[in-house]
Amino acid sequence: MKHLVPEFERLKARFPAGFESSLVLPCLRRIQEDRGFVADSDIAGLAAYLGVPRIQIEEALSFYTQFRRKPIGRWHVQACRNVSCSMRGAERLIDHLRRRLGVAPGETTPDGRFTLSTVECLGSCGTAPVVMVNDAYHEGMTAEKIDALLAGLE
Amino acid sequence: MAGTKLLMTFPVTATSHTLADYRARGGYATLARVLREMKPEDVTKEVTASGLQGRGGAAFPVGRKWQVVHLDDGQPHYLCANADEGEPGTFKDRWILENAPHLLLESMLIASYALQVRNAFVYIRGEFDLPYRRLAAAVEEAYGAGYFGERILGSDFSCDVVVYRGAGSYVCGEASALITSIEGKRGYPRNRPPRLTVRGLYQKPTVINNVESLANITGIIANGAEAFRKVGTAKAPGTRLLSVSGHVERPGVYEVESGYPFRDFLREELGGVLGGRALKAVIPGGISAKVLTAAEIEPLALDQSVFEAAGSTLGSGGMIVIAEGTCMVRLLQVMLRFYHHESCGQCTPCREGMGWMHRVIDRIVAGQGRPEDVATLYHVSRWNDGTTICGMGDAAGYATTAILDKFRDEFDYWIANGRSKHRGVLEVGNA
Repeated sequence: MKHLVPEFERLKARFPAGFESSLVLPCLRRIQEDRGFVADSDIAGLAAYLGVPRIQIEEALSFYTQFRRKPIGRWHVQACRNVSCSMRGAERLIDHLRRRLGVAPGETTPDGRFTLSTVECLGSCGTAPVVMVNDAYHEGMTAEKIDALLAGLE
Repeated sequence: MAGTKLLMTFPVTATSHTLADYRARGGYATLARVLREMKPEDVTKEVTASGLQGRGGAAFPVGRKWQVVHLDDGQPHYLCANADEGEPGTFKDRWILENAPHLLLESMLIASYALQVRNAFVYIRGEFDLPYRRLAAAVEEAYGAGYFGERILGSDFSCDVVVYRGAGSYVCGEASALITSIEGKRGYPRNRPPRLTVRGLYQKPTVINNVESLANITGIIANGAEAFRKVGTAKAPGTRLLSVSGHVERPGVYEVESGYPFRDFLREELGGVLGGRALKAVIPGGISAKVLTAAEIEPLALDQSVFEAAGSTLGSGGMIVIAEGTCMVRLLQVMLRFYHHESCGQCTPCREGMGWMHRVIDRIVAGQGRPEDVATLYHVSRWNDGTTICGMGDAAGYATTAILDKFRDEFDYWIANGRSKHRGVLEVGNA
């Protein structure tokens, strides 16, 4: 985490004085981008750096679904299964992804390439069904389009 | 065209979101005039006179919220734009963030001046990537042009803005949870009173407005409250951004003048129900809005007061169109799974109730429904009403009972026969 401190300092300068506690979420996000997940040492380091209780960081990590405590595959495939996506084929698409990747939601392929997750409403209901791969939205997905997309991801 | 437009007034191009294009459309001229000619309280008066209602779901008058903040109380005040768009079916604020980020920022500056805010925030949901990048780039452009920072445009007014990213939590769209989240904690809603405009972020007076509500401010101040009130209806002035999804030929974000007939909107703008099917029902304002049957919604005008009188709401503007043949039991199952997943766990009735209802509906769908199951769903829904800190438990209950009231036969059929009265799916195909 230490090598990110200069970045954290620039971030802190954007906030009003006394807002150190607010930096917990942005710093965790940056740590996760860097390491792929948040390790125990990151929690201790961030608590000391921000001067917030360690438990506050633990609580945030267990509350917000985007934070991870363990490494995942190189490509995180997150398929929305909420109402609008299900109305436009998400249930079939998720079945297809399970077969295609050979894993259930929450699991990673043995080669460490893909992790499959299901998620609730990504705010892309007009172009349903939507699948998020790492940071990017892929909208109006079909089995054919998802196959083409996955084939291009190493 | 569904009437006058106030927000979607320009063609979206590869550069229409940039500062240069926004300025070419007259952008930031209103801010300059406000700082030169208006007193902060005059801005609030104009917003109050406009009758602008919040666009995030509750339709609370924006001016009334602002009036609670005392300009001379000697405390810092904060403004947060709520861009945590997460109510299923809703994706209209995303249109503003991606295509008109400077309109949001100019409006936030005008609001910050009115409320004497030195530090403003945009709380944006963590999954939004392009909207975040567009907004963050717009913030940098605006700083570069001197619209944020110290002594803006040579005035005495200084203001900074931070774009704060959520990390995956539906409940953080609730204003008090949003504030707790900006404090770097679990996004737990807070009991009120005190109102957030009295004690909000770090216990200081804080105004939280939805992105679309704020985006209307620049136009209201530029053209005056009277001009705004000429658009839409007397009870619900202005326009609404409606994000339409589900079984419809042309889903997407539409700006509709308040009062425009639903029937015309469905036929002319949306191209009708998918594949020319019959309309079964519509969830008009995000899944927490009560479902309306085809017969109920067809005669209505798209006006918040009309939808309230019909027992529902335009809510967050997330309209889900449901074709004949859709299984409403499965629909409720998806909704209850969602509420169970998103309950923050703070209040017992919601934490336990959502899980209970989710287990009951799963049991029905598995063909193991019991005769008393529908009564149990009603019981838990009512038991949630008014017993939780935030409105999520109530809303989940209202949404559930509306579906049970209007489509009871489908639940009774599945419990009695162990299978769906329809095909047991939410998809209707293209045939």
